[in-house]
Amino acid sequence: MWKRFRSNIGAVIGVVLLVLVIAIAIFAPLIFANSPWQMVQRPFLAPFAMDGLPLGTDTLGRDVAAQLAYGARVSLLVGLVSTLVALLIGVPLGALAGFYGGYVDEGAMRFTEFFQTIPNFALAIVLVAIFEPTLASITLAIAIVSWPPVARLVRAEVMSVRKREFVDAATLAGLSKPRILVRQVLPNTVSPIIVMASLMVATAILLESSLSFLGLGDPNAMSWGYMIGAARTVIRSSWWLSFFPGVAIIITVLALNLIGEGLNDALNPHLSRKGKA
Amino acid sequence: MSVFVAILSRLAKAALTLLAIAVLNFCLLHAAPGDPAVVLAGEAGAADEQMIAQLRERFGLDQPFYIQLAKYVGGVAQLDLGYSFRQNAPVIDLIAERLPATLLLTLTAFVISLVLGIALGVAAAARVGKPQDSLLTTLALLFYATPLYWAALMAVLVFSVWLGWLPGFGYETVGADYTGLARVIDILKHLILPALTLGLFFMAVYMRMTRASMLEVSTADFVKTAKAKGLSGRVIRRRHILRNAILPVVTLAGLQAGQLVGGAVLTETVFAWPGIGRLMFESLAARDYNTILGVFLVSAAMVILFNIVTDIVYRLVDPRIGARA
Repeated sequence: MWKRFRSNIGAVIGVVLLVLVIAIAIFAPLIFANSPWQMVQRPFLAPFAMDGLPLGTDTLGRDVAAQLAYGARVSLLVGLVSTLVALLIGVPLGALAGFYGGYVDEGAMRFTEFFQTIPNFALAIVLVAIFEPTLASITLAIAIVSWPPVARLVRAEVMSVRKREFVDAATLAGLSKPRILVRQVLPNTVSPIIVMASLMVATAILLESSLSFLGLGDPNAMSWGYMIGAARTVIRSSWWLSFFPGVAIIITVLALNLIGEGLNDALNPHLSRKGKA
Repeated sequence: MSVFVAILSRLAKAALTLLAIAVLNFCLLHAAPGDPAVVLAGEAGAADEQMIAQLRERFGLDQPFYIQLAKYVGGVAQLDLGYSFRQNAPVIDLIAERLPATLLLTLTAFVISLVLGIALGVAAAARVGKPQDSLLTTLALLFYATPLYWAALMAVLVFSVWLGWLPGFGYETVGADYTGLARVIDILKHLILPALTLGLFFMAVYMRMTRASMLEVSTADFVKTAKAKGLSGRVIRRRHILRNAILPVVTLAGLQAGQLVGGAVLTETVFAWPGIGRLMFESLAARDYNTILGVFLVSAAMVILFNIVTDIVYRLVDPRIGARA
């Protein structure tokens, strides 16, 4: 499997980019002496205009490069945690629906469909606006709008695994139904869930940045979306203030998408995209 | 007949979904931190005890929860979405005034992204493995990772500020007072950048899907038969592969409609486009919960409508579905 993953150039590029972003996020306090909130110079300093401030300063004279590094922390953290929470909602719901069928399935799927119909970004806005923007409420809101595809995927996987012979064997061996579901069926659905989760982290990062852009970010956490939102009104005079955070978002999201596609090809070789040169 | 029944059942389901969203809205309104009467009084500009008591009575906040819920849902059914104290107008009026601009923007973006996405996906699939295919797939990957609002800002910067080709602000030229055709052209000019940047992400989605789907269908037996009959590659692609490959793309497009409407909040904010997305953004800073929830409900209704329309289109494109239902 690793061999297949490694032979995919896109996936390798994705891993390199992501490792870079993670390293910057972890070592931000070591690389940048300045706090991202601290005013260090006059405002609107252009990139490369002064040593030690490679990307210049923002509207309040704060170090843009330091802000970018600290923003990586928020993006990665919110992306990862919200995906985990979405899995915590979606996996059990989908598994129960697919395994037990009947009314359980019917009820769980109507519930999922309802959440899929609601425009997810609009719901995230409403949730964060009403429960005050904090990292916790943002993470939870993103999880609440992202779990439905997980539930559908797990349901479909469980339904197909449920009919396999080893499940019959486990039933004959006298294992209880919940035990079969958790020990025998679910482990066989892990690889498509991993693929979906890596793509979900990417989407969650986009969602978080969009919320912060609209002013719904945690006021105590520096984030890329906030930086773009704050620089929006000065785009004519200081375009770089909006430009660099956007590039940071694109690199991170692109890396995660490339990794997701690489995992998909490596874990589900029979489903891998045909005609790929 | 069966199509008619199917559409009726879709409509019934849509009504139920909207009802559920209204209930959700009501619960959210009450989950908001703080007493709604105090919030309302604060918004109205006075917060003395007497006023709060009055507001409580006027909005039925002194009544049991289930009666309040029934009243709220009943109001929504009659298009009463509450009152915006910030804007001093019923929420439904605010939305009705701005809905046409949002419909124009989202529908244009939807059509652009679907048409361009399918066309580019077909082009990439026809040249699979060649440089053109690599270029298109790479571009799609990039667009797919680009935040909507950032693409919008950069488009304003490049095409409006630097090149000066297109307006990057508003719905029409303020103070120009164009009429007739001149006004239509003016609005179209203002529409180009918002619609393109809103459609960019979705174009990438549809392109990737179309390409994958084309490649998958091209291995089907009926394609071999068509080749054996001696049909040209172009005819096979158009008449045989595309017609089958397009179905999952249409389904996906219906599902993505919700994201398109959500994305309009961002695009309208950047371009100062006077739609309901911009209304929602303005209400965020003002904590105008009634308006926020009203826009949320209406955008959900739009998504449901989009889905019903794609469902009907789907039935027209694929006669097998009508037969099965």
